[in-house]
Amino acid sequence: MQGLITHKLSCIRGERAVFTGLDLEIKPGRALLLSGANGSGKSSLMRVLAGLLPSAAGHIEWEGADISADPDAHRARVAYIGHADPLKPAMTATENLRFWAQLYGLDPAIEPALYQFSIEHLADVPARYFSAGQKRRLNLARLAAGQNSTAGPALWLLDEPATGLDPGAVSMLANTILAHLSNDGIAIISTHGGRLDELIADRADHFTLQTSGSGVAG
Amino acid sequence: MIGLILLVKRELGLALRGGTDAVMAVVFFVLAAVLFPFGVGADPAMLPRIGGGIIWVVALLAAMLSLERMFSSDHEDGSLDLLYLSPVGLGTLALAKALAHWLTTGVLLLIAAPILALLYNLPASAFGALIVSMLLGTPILSLVGGIGAALTLGARRGGVLLALLILPLYIPVLIFGAGAIDGAVAGRPIGPQLMVLSGFLLAALALAPWATAAALRQAIE
Repeated sequence: MQGLITHKLSCIRGERAVFTGLDLEIKPGRALLLSGANGSGKSSLMRVLAGLLPSAAGHIEWEGADISADPDAHRARVAYIGHADPLKPAMTATENLRFWAQLYGLDPAIEPALYQFSIEHLADVPARYFSAGQKRRLNLARLAAGQNSTAGPALWLLDEPATGLDPGAVSMLANTILAHLSNDGIAIISTHGGRLDELIADRADHFTLQTSGSGVAG
Repeated sequence: MIGLILLVKRELGLALRGGTDAVMAVVFFVLAAVLFPFGVGADPAMLPRIGGGIIWVVALLAAMLSLERMFSSDHEDGSLDLLYLSPVGLGTLALAKALAHWLTTGVLLLIAAPILALLYNLPASAFGALIVSMLLGTPILSLVGGIGAALTLGARRGGVLLALLILPLYIPVLIFGAGAIDGAVAGRPIGPQLMVLSGFLLAALALAPWATAAALRQAIE
């Protein structure tokens, strides 16, 4: 069980090095809380780890194998939550979530996922009437849908997942993440501190990205 | 294949609920074509000669109206990232988007075209050429248009740029599409034009999704 390892990972955006020589190691069943100032490269690191951005140098290993050897297999193990909520305003909560579940080959019975984030009463409401927090809950319910499936993603990349959530929803998210970690999953979570960090502190390591590019483990 | 069906169903569902976009393209198609006789005069002998060309030019412009939005909303709300990470792949996505665009635009133009043919006093013998040429030509507009829509993602004033990129690529379709109708009006054989259009369609089907996927990959980075 080796988990996820990065070797001398670098990322260049618009001729500027966002981070260079980044070495990370995350064991299965652990979370990594990624902090750093605005512009320190947290989101870029997430996108590189997801395979959305190419790395400028270095490589990423999953269970000892370089992920560039089989990008399709890597994409299949990633669940990515970005800044935007990929929901269609004209579609209901159920339709939005079921589309992603079917596209990713997850369990199409998505009601439990809606329950997990307490939005089951909004199941038949078009997403255009959702508040920002409710949209975020529906986006996060994708994680629960993956968790309830037999071959859900093992690597969760959550880019400031608690944005806009009330304390109750943050607890729901923390429970979902803890259940994922208990299943030997890995979660990398970018954060600016807050309740989520405290709730999963027992199973989380910390890493701070410096604006210059390198980082400090803590 | 399941992914393709799923994506097309989603696009059609959104188009049905979004409502006006597809209808606007076909209303524009009819209105713009109706304008020409006011400008050039309604001579019943001249209209059949220019009718085929005008219907095709207006069809190109109408098909472009809804192209800009083909990928932009998925790009803005982060759906494109997830579509890329899904097992379906960007090539299938490009094909599904083009197919959905054709079903919501090209098919409606195809249905409206005979009405315009009546307005332009086209002889009954030219109706077949009009329908078949549009059946072969309008999918090319959606497939090639997808490349432009993907290339202009994230660009400021993407709509104008899209027109500059794509309209030159539509010229071959225009030449052979309008040529088939003109040929039918004049009583010449139209087999060669339709065969060339079929060739374009096959080439676009094979190459356009691949090019669109490459452009989308750039937009995601």
